[in-house]
Amino acid sequence: MDTHAALYKQGQDRLNYLRQFAQRQPVSLQQKMVSLGISRRDFIKWTASVTAMFALPLPFSNLVAEAAELADRVPLIWLHLAECTGCSESLIRTDSPNLDTLIFDHISLEYHETLMAASGWQAEENLENALETYKGRYLLAVEGAVPTANNGTFLTVGCKGHTGLHIVKEAAENAAAIISVGTCAAFGGVQAAAPNPTGAKGVYEVVDKPVINLGGCPPSEKNIVGTLMYFIMFGKLPALDMFNRPKWAYGARVHDNCERRGRFDAGEFVEEFGDEGAKEGYCLYKVGCKGPYTYNNCPTERFNHHTSWPVLAGHGCMGCSEPNFWDDMADFEKPLGRQLLHGIDATADTIGAVILGATVVGIGAHAVASVFAKPLEE
Amino acid sequence: MSKRVVIDPITRIEGHLRVEVEVDDNNVITKAWSSSTLWRGIEVILKGRTPMDVGLIVQRICGVCTYSHYRCGTEAVEDALGVKIPLNAKYLRSIMQSSLYMHDHIVHFYHLHGLDWVDVVSALSADPALAAQVAMKYSDAPIAAGEGELKAVQARVKGLVETGKLGPFANAYWGNSTYRFSPEQNLIALSHYLKALEVQRVAAEMLAIFGGKSPHPQSIVVGGVTSVRDMLSPARLQEWKQKHAIVQDFIERAYQADIVMAAEAFGTEASVLGGVNVNSFLCGEDFITADGEYLFQQGVILHGDLANVQDIDPSLIKEDVTHAWYKADGPQHPYEGTTIPDYTGFIERDTVYGKLPTIDGDGKYSWVKSPRYQDEPLEVGPLACLLVNYARGNQVVVNAVDGLLARTGLPLEALFTTLGRTAARMLQTVLVGQASLQTFDALLVNIQSDESTYVKPEIDPDRVYEGYSMIEAPRGMLSHWIRIKDAKVENYQAVVPTTWNAGPVDANGKMGPYEASLIGLKLEDPTKPLEVIRIIHSFDPCMACSVHVMDYNKHTLGQFKIDPNGF
Repeated sequence: MDTHAALYKQGQDRLNYLRQFAQRQPVSLQQKMVSLGISRRDFIKWTASVTAMFALPLPFSNLVAEAAELADRVPLIWLHLAECTGCSESLIRTDSPNLDTLIFDHISLEYHETLMAASGWQAEENLENALETYKGRYLLAVEGAVPTANNGTFLTVGCKGHTGLHIVKEAAENAAAIISVGTCAAFGGVQAAAPNPTGAKGVYEVVDKPVINLGGCPPSEKNIVGTLMYFIMFGKLPALDMFNRPKWAYGARVHDNCERRGRFDAGEFVEEFGDEGAKEGYCLYKVGCKGPYTYNNCPTERFNHHTSWPVLAGHGCMGCSEPNFWDDMADFEKPLGRQLLHGIDATADTIGAVILGATVVGIGAHAVASVFAKPLEE
Repeated sequence: MSKRVVIDPITRIEGHLRVEVEVDDNNVITKAWSSSTLWRGIEVILKGRTPMDVGLIVQRICGVCTYSHYRCGTEAVEDALGVKIPLNAKYLRSIMQSSLYMHDHIVHFYHLHGLDWVDVVSALSADPALAAQVAMKYSDAPIAAGEGELKAVQARVKGLVETGKLGPFANAYWGNSTYRFSPEQNLIALSHYLKALEVQRVAAEMLAIFGGKSPHPQSIVVGGVTSVRDMLSPARLQEWKQKHAIVQDFIERAYQADIVMAAEAFGTEASVLGGVNVNSFLCGEDFITADGEYLFQQGVILHGDLANVQDIDPSLIKEDVTHAWYKADGPQHPYEGTTIPDYTGFIERDTVYGKLPTIDGDGKYSWVKSPRYQDEPLEVGPLACLLVNYARGNQVVVNAVDGLLARTGLPLEALFTTLGRTAARMLQTVLVGQASLQTFDALLVNIQSDESTYVKPEIDPDRVYEGYSMIEAPRGMLSHWIRIKDAKVENYQAVVPTTWNAGPVDANGKMGPYEASLIGLKLEDPTKPLEVIRIIHSFDPCMACSVHVMDYNKHTLGQFKIDPNGF
């Protein structure tokens, strides 16, 4: 396909651009894998699975492999705002044999409050240095919402006592791309639920740049690492939906690929937790599953190395990757209501708007074609 | 001439914490302040919602001890509504909690606390062959400590250091003389740091088997547990047991060995032999091992009086907001209906880093309030749990503690230290891991004759319900309190372990455990306060948890409003 050829070319150009930067890790990814006992075969399998996750043809797995190797040319700055650290925790629970973590480890992690050794003054120094040294080249990941009420004083970080609002704006200024990791950073999350006492907002509402939103409470480790990989590979954002979520991960309803979909179609429903239907694995719609209104790849990717996901554990989806889900989907163990079911065949964009009554603020979903920090030729 | 040291952010914790200390001419700490710098307002958000959603919302208080609040909140609702859940649900919830502990404590010791004990740079000069022999001293069959493996670890880190690009290890306090491990011991611990990254993943999978995912599992509801298919699947049960074996093995052969090694190496390091200055402790009953039997018993120890452990009396818990960023109608009784944030910010002054905004110790300086029991501050957490149970003569705990003391040659008093707090966490992990197998076996026996996992809760909109739940979370005694009216949440409070430990000084000038633990500590270099960070980390701070609007007298939370002119 022509579009694939063009995209492949784009990926090659991007990787050539990255090659001009100095290697920042002492040992190559290949050497690291050898020392960790990860076989070439495991690595090839991993690149194939990432490629499949992006819904790209298999030859792209070569790009994935190269991008992984070049990941150390991309400095990563990770901020924590109004959050619970669940997204960082999700990330450190990635698959063995360690590959996702290794990639993450291989990316130059310049600042991450949960993992970094430095504290206090020295930690703040690391952040300031990274913002200066890698101006225009660093990838900014944000975990947590931005409290904006009372001039942002519901959160301050660092010896200088800057508010989270101030810090995220400053960090966004020269970022090559911004990723909101999790529903809090993306849409405000739990602290933004009514009455939103701290004026919590998603990052995209306070910075004037495109932001890629990874919904989920927390998002699966696959979606986090996949998004980082995509940026390294192509230097731009993937195709996004109306809420700026990557379509490769959030393009289908949970309901579409649900392992219990056949039960739904057959009209076999769990009427009460623990009943005979529950033991048989019937559909959870009547006990509140929000799968029909929620866009994510949980049924196929699952969590914790494919161990499980909420529906497998007998609880309906709660809609955690959607904006305002804490309010719009509340009373989580009750069905949303029949009137909404007519939308079940609508497209992602309209159903999102219909179901969630969302007023998406100023982000035309596909208006953002790319987020080059600088043109590639620079 | 006293000097002010500001530490913000304290990294390798959950959330946002600022600590400031004042040191005298000998660099000994004379004053300390602990400030939480984030407020999210979760309890306010709970008001008016259905009680059935409480568990899922409060779980989002914290993604590290994820599940603790989920369970505690759900059980508070069950207590209020008088729901008696089936035995299987109790067992499953406990198995999930054990899985959480095994994950949480491993991650804390290695990835959050470890770098306070382990000098990464020193490990580079180790002799791997010698290190392999040293490892045999602390375990008959060490994990990830063979010569080949240690060589590979060393090579990996060497590369980092040689390029000068330490990534997440950059700009830390390497070389500080209070690091006491030999290069070989540092290398062993560093190897375990990397191994623990793999093992914690397996522990997280244990929780996901019955929880659906981790963090933020989703299989508990008011009335029971939803993962009935996993419970009835022999393959699934076996999967949990296999993963348990892997994790427990690491706990007993690596984590335990490293603590014994630390006790030996740091046994004469003054900066870790203090740090327990609030000599009162609190612990909740938890970990069902059979119908009506629990691994840990509840209790309170006041002023170090181990001979008189008291039962918890919830009515004796009060709070103080004198130095917290809330308006209150009086320092003694901050329960009068309204909770209005009252942020007063920082004061500019000279510090060891130059002029900076600093804590106003005479005024308000934290989003955390100060809980008190009979007007006394209390320490909670693994150390408190073991001390209460040791004092009560809980045989399982007595044997474990005495065993560790015998192995390290340390007296009982050694427990009352930063080192002891860190060792207690390991011991607690061992005990919880072992007890979870009893719970698991009890579940296997019970499902032979009983498959029930759920009881449908009834709620009468014309009644008012009140209830609470107390559990022992990884960081200590956690309690949630709820009042339900018109079938909606009218009032909610979470009394959280880190609140007990991290709260600011109270109206009577009594410091909480964090602040008290730092007094008298000598710093090698005030601009690089490793000793402070080590002590604070030994409590395993979980700041997102700690910031709550509490009202133990069961008044309503009342009208919350932001006062835009409150500055």
